[in-house]
Amino acid sequence: MSVSEFTSGFWSGYIAIITVVSILACGILLWKLTTKRLPAGQKVGVMGHVWDENLEEYNNPLPRWWLWLFYITLVFGVIYLLLYPGLGSFPGLLKWSSHGQYEQEMTKAKEKYAPIYAKYAAMSIPELAADPQAREMGQRLFLNYCAQCHASDGRGGKGFPNLTDKDWLYGGDPETIAASVTNGRSGMMPPWAKALGDEGVKDVANYVLQVSGRTFDSLRAAHGKELYQQNCVACHGPDGKGNPALGAPNLTDDIWLYGGGQTSLIETIGKGRNGVMPAWGEFLGPEKVHLLAAYVYGFSHPDGK
Amino acid sequence: MDAPVKLHRATTTEPVEQTLYEIRQKIYPRAVTGMFATWRWAFVLLTQLVFYGSPWLTWNGRQAVLFDLAARKFYIFGLVFWPQDIVYLTVLLIVCAYSLILFTAVAGRLWCGFACPQTVYTEIFMWIERKVEGERLARMKLDKGRLSARKFALKAVKHGLWIALALWTGFTFVGYFTPIKTLGHEVLTLSTGPWESFWILFYGFATYGNAGWMREQVCKYMCPYARFQGVMFDPDTLIITYDRERGEPRGSRSKSDDYKAKGLGDCVDCGICVQVCPTGIDIRKGLQYECIGCTACIDGCDHVMEKMGYPKGLIRYSTENALKGHYSTERIVKRVLRPRVLIYTAILWTIIVTALITLYQRVPLKVDVIRDRGSVMRDADDEEAQNVYRLQIMNTQEVARDVRISVSGLDGVELKSEAQPIRVAPASSRVVPVRVEAPRRSGQKGSNRIQFTIEAADPAKSDQPPIKVVEKASFVIP
Repeated sequence: MSVSEFTSGFWSGYIAIITVVSILACGILLWKLTTKRLPAGQKVGVMGHVWDENLEEYNNPLPRWWLWLFYITLVFGVIYLLLYPGLGSFPGLLKWSSHGQYEQEMTKAKEKYAPIYAKYAAMSIPELAADPQAREMGQRLFLNYCAQCHASDGRGGKGFPNLTDKDWLYGGDPETIAASVTNGRSGMMPPWAKALGDEGVKDVANYVLQVSGRTFDSLRAAHGKELYQQNCVACHGPDGKGNPALGAPNLTDDIWLYGGGQTSLIETIGKGRNGVMPAWGEFLGPEKVHLLAAYVYGFSHPDGK
Repeated sequence: MDAPVKLHRATTTEPVEQTLYEIRQKIYPRAVTGMFATWRWAFVLLTQLVFYGSPWLTWNGRQAVLFDLAARKFYIFGLVFWPQDIVYLTVLLIVCAYSLILFTAVAGRLWCGFACPQTVYTEIFMWIERKVEGERLARMKLDKGRLSARKFALKAVKHGLWIALALWTGFTFVGYFTPIKTLGHEVLTLSTGPWESFWILFYGFATYGNAGWMREQVCKYMCPYARFQGVMFDPDTLIITYDRERGEPRGSRSKSDDYKAKGLGDCVDCGICVQVCPTGIDIRKGLQYECIGCTACIDGCDHVMEKMGYPKGLIRYSTENALKGHYSTERIVKRVLRPRVLIYTAILWTIIVTALITLYQRVPLKVDVIRDRGSVMRDADDEEAQNVYRLQIMNTQEVARDVRISVSGLDGVELKSEAQPIRVAPASSRVVPVRVEAPRRSGQKGSNRIQFTIEAADPAKSDQPPIKVVEKASFVIP
């Protein structure tokens, strides 16, 4: 069945008619079965139904208010269907919707927490990083929204930057951290396998090992250096110190996003890397981003300094 | 049941419409005194003292009994129950169910007759009714009479008192869930929240309606317990019985008559047992499902027997077997201690004692360990493997705790976390992310068992040994 069959007005009307007819039928049934015709003076002993040869339904009368309860449920049903959505696509007089209720609750929560956020918004990020209460709030936000990638302790993992060292891809001053959270980042290392060839990639990898202070093959590194100067300096700079404006990592500090061994480096250079930090600005709003940035800043500046 | 059907007036035998619903005959129970009535009043006072009184008690600077739904914490004197303690609620319900089964097996509907809120509030409401409108006959006359200024005044006073008591009951009920002193202040300034107002009025209305108007109908038509008690009885269960052999043939007589010579039994057919019955039945017809075991007929009949100079106990607690076999009291008591009752008792005590022991030994510190899924591939070239965990530390007591975490289970395993000890505030929980490092060669590739040991000390009492919790976790070496 296609979607249009469900969105056409027919099914809505069909449901509405079934609902109304059912309510009316229940009412008539109740009203009809309230009394029984019998000769005067004779009591209603059995209801006249017999099953399995001799199983009879006896008349065990309920009090009259019980009957009224049945009618009240019908009245309740009618009122409910008038006020709330239920009768086909009729939205109800109150125009209630689960989404509307969510919006209402969110507005209420925002009102409730606005003063706290306003107080923190007026403080600078280094100040907040030293404030224990702000840190606690920041931690809750971090564990909710950030820990999936950056880990609960903020040290990240393969492909996800460690936020606790003082090494930053895009810069670690408070404003830049807030900007990274708000707008996200998209880091791109192009694949070089085609341009350099497998041997070339290996040579460059050895040069990188050399500048980072790891053990390396000097012959390969020498050749790699030439290739590096031709191809890599644009982003990583002539001395390999990287460029925070582009998010190009510093290759000399022996801090690695995807691993610093030869195998990892060959993979990184040959196949390239794509790192994405999503933009949280719109989802979280500036106040929460402010607190989060302070919490992250606090990883490497425990006293806010 | 008799006369369930209202007949329309008709002079012919032509078929007429007859209603299939019963019109309730209002019951005017006669007041009764006696041993059992005293017991019931004792239960009324005891249960209501607990109900109306306990929210006003203070413990450790907070309400002693408070069910804080918003914070998901239940305070009962020194105990704080967290959602994780749901098992104690389960145990409480099991204990209630078992007690009910046990009491019913021994002596029928003891709960219904003495402790059920429906009975208790009906008793209180009838007491008010009696004080305002007078005894049974006066009440019947008042209801039959035309509406006069006096009748209006009496009814207004009665309903006024009922409503006041009902609202106080609703207020007390809500006072278990929101601090009652604050609530009282809110009520006085008419500033209760929407849900507080709703529940005060709703619970109040339910009390007024059930105890003032519905009364025995709750037991007869609404209470499921009334209907399944029949299967909990056996022929040795103590029930309220009329001694038919001794009482029949019933008949009126003067005190001086030699009724035995007239061929009469002990029942003088005064109808007191029917008049005192709050459900309007005649116990002389035998055990009926409407009988809530309130024993009013026993007290009523004993008075009459006393006046007549006959032995008491024409209506009494006895068993089906005892009536049939003319058991002595000792034999009835002996039959009460039958295997069924002993087994129920044993099970009940086992559950109670086990629950109390576990409650006493409950560690006021709960720890959940959750391993980060993403962080195991960190520093893949390193000699050390790293796993990150979140420790949710719940301090369930109302004292602050200084928590120290350590880890064991692998050679060279080390814990790196923020500065220890970590302060956890009273009755609160805190998430602590910790990093665990271990040399790759110390375990196998894949999952390895480690243990976190969490020691929590009371900073105010440094001489006390810390509470210790050991939690298992898995350490993954990639």
